[in-house]
Amino acid sequence: MVKFQVVNTQIDTEKNKALYDSSKRVSPAIAELKEIGNYRHLLAQLIRRDILTRYKRSFLGVAWTMLNPLGTMLVMTIVFSNIFRDGMPGVPFPVYILSGLVVWNFFSQGTNASMSGLVWGGNLLQRIFVPRTIFAVSAVGTALVNTLIALIPLVIVMLITKATFSWALLFLPVAIILIAFFTLGFGLLISSLAAFFPDVMEMYQILLTAWMYLTPIIYPESIIPERFHTLYRLNPMYWLVKIFRAPIVDQTLPALGDFGIAAAISIIMLVIGWLIFTSKSDEYAYRI
Amino acid sequence: MPIESKPIIVLENVSVRYRLPSERIGTLKEYAIRILQRRIKHRDFWAVKDLDLSINQGEVFGIIGDNGAGKSTLLKVISKVLRPTTGRVRIYGKIAPLLELGAGFHPELSGRENVFLNGALLGYSHEEMSRVFDEIVDFSELAEFIDAPIRTYSSGMYARLGFAVATAHQPEILIVDEILSVGDEAFQRKCTDRITGFREKGATVLMVSHNLDLIGEMCNRVAWLDHGKLMATGTAQQVISQYREGTP
Repeated sequence: MVKFQVVNTQIDTEKNKALYDSSKRVSPAIAELKEIGNYRHLLAQLIRRDILTRYKRSFLGVAWTMLNPLGTMLVMTIVFSNIFRDGMPGVPFPVYILSGLVVWNFFSQGTNASMSGLVWGGNLLQRIFVPRTIFAVSAVGTALVNTLIALIPLVIVMLITKATFSWALLFLPVAIILIAFFTLGFGLLISSLAAFFPDVMEMYQILLTAWMYLTPIIYPESIIPERFHTLYRLNPMYWLVKIFRAPIVDQTLPALGDFGIAAAISIIMLVIGWLIFTSKSDEYAYRI
Repeated sequence: MPIESKPIIVLENVSVRYRLPSERIGTLKEYAIRILQRRIKHRDFWAVKDLDLSINQGEVFGIIGDNGAGKSTLLKVISKVLRPTTGRVRIYGKIAPLLELGAGFHPELSGRENVFLNGALLGYSHEEMSRVFDEIVDFSELAEFIDAPIRTYSSGMYARLGFAVATAHQPEILIVDEILSVGDEAFQRKCTDRITGFREKGATVLMVSHNLDLIGEMCNRVAWLDHGKLMATGTAQQVISQYREGTP
């Protein structure tokens, strides 16, 4: 009997606090942040799964991550290098295009995968508890890994075109982190829309195409007419591409002002996306 | 000799409301038009209404009721999938959900890879799954197929692996939603044996089923839900006969 009493008091002190109490929640945004930490193993598994399955049934496997932007770059170079040559004295056109495409692919892959991840995960969200943002976070994580792989052909092209490698390249990780923040924030925003309106996914593809052509990725900035300059400065991707390209193409650190704008845009986008997505987090389980 | 049990799941005055548009608005364009016309109407549906329930540690608790009675909603509120619209839910233990086996499997990955993926979905780390991996393969009888992609599995193999993963660790609270109807009879026996084993080691089991014989056989206490309201709670035999007669 005594033994049981000891066991009982242990349970008592240990279990006086509920593991889950629906009436105690700070804010959905902060609670979600904690849950992502608790589910970091799932995050790793989801990223692993997405990278493994993407190419599992294709012959060249993960090489496509490198060949894809390389192919696009090649086409663009052949088509546009003569038209735009005047706008870029001294810069190898392939390097210019490829560095822009790396940023763009990161963004478009990450946001698209956030959406399809949530739609896929909707099935799960109705059955078991997992943090709602995990699909977007893992989508951006996967896109980040793919981007790092895509840097390999960029380096090869830089070697072939005899581009200069400067110390400023050490800034690239910072630029990549900012792009990841922006991609996650925007991915969350667009996912929360897609959860309620399935046609958002289709509309987004059109938006992406237009957005890409409105960002100086395959053409030099110098061909943009003066009267559109203000308009271009309203495009967040313009700044992100700019700070990523500076160390590669101009071999310098981005201007402090450019960096400040890019950092502010990315962090604000992340906070807004996170707040909006988590404010609806109780509804995804029965709305998707 | 049972230890005097204490509440592990406490629901106070819990209600769950689903708020859905009264008509399905499928497109954003349509939504925008309706907003301009101020024609968005919501229909509120209370899946669970003013429910008070306390489940003790070590109980095998059954929930019965007609389709649409709110049984699944109740399980979802308890397993954190849904948040109660009003009222309070408190859980004093780690929950292992056993809802729809293999819901998170990926067809292109092998059985082995899916064990770790599904384990992570249930909140277990890679190491925690490595420790029980051999046991999972053994229980699901899939040793020969564990490295084949899961799209090549039969539905029975799928369910066996799903059950083995979900029950690989001794849970504090196990939630079983109508899943013991999968697989052949021998495997069903194995599943019920494992659940009984958990109970003997002190786990709390919460199960929903339309199979009243199974509920009667396994549960020591049962609740009857109807249209989101609690009609009766009591011993399995008592509540089941009330339910059959339709008199609370």
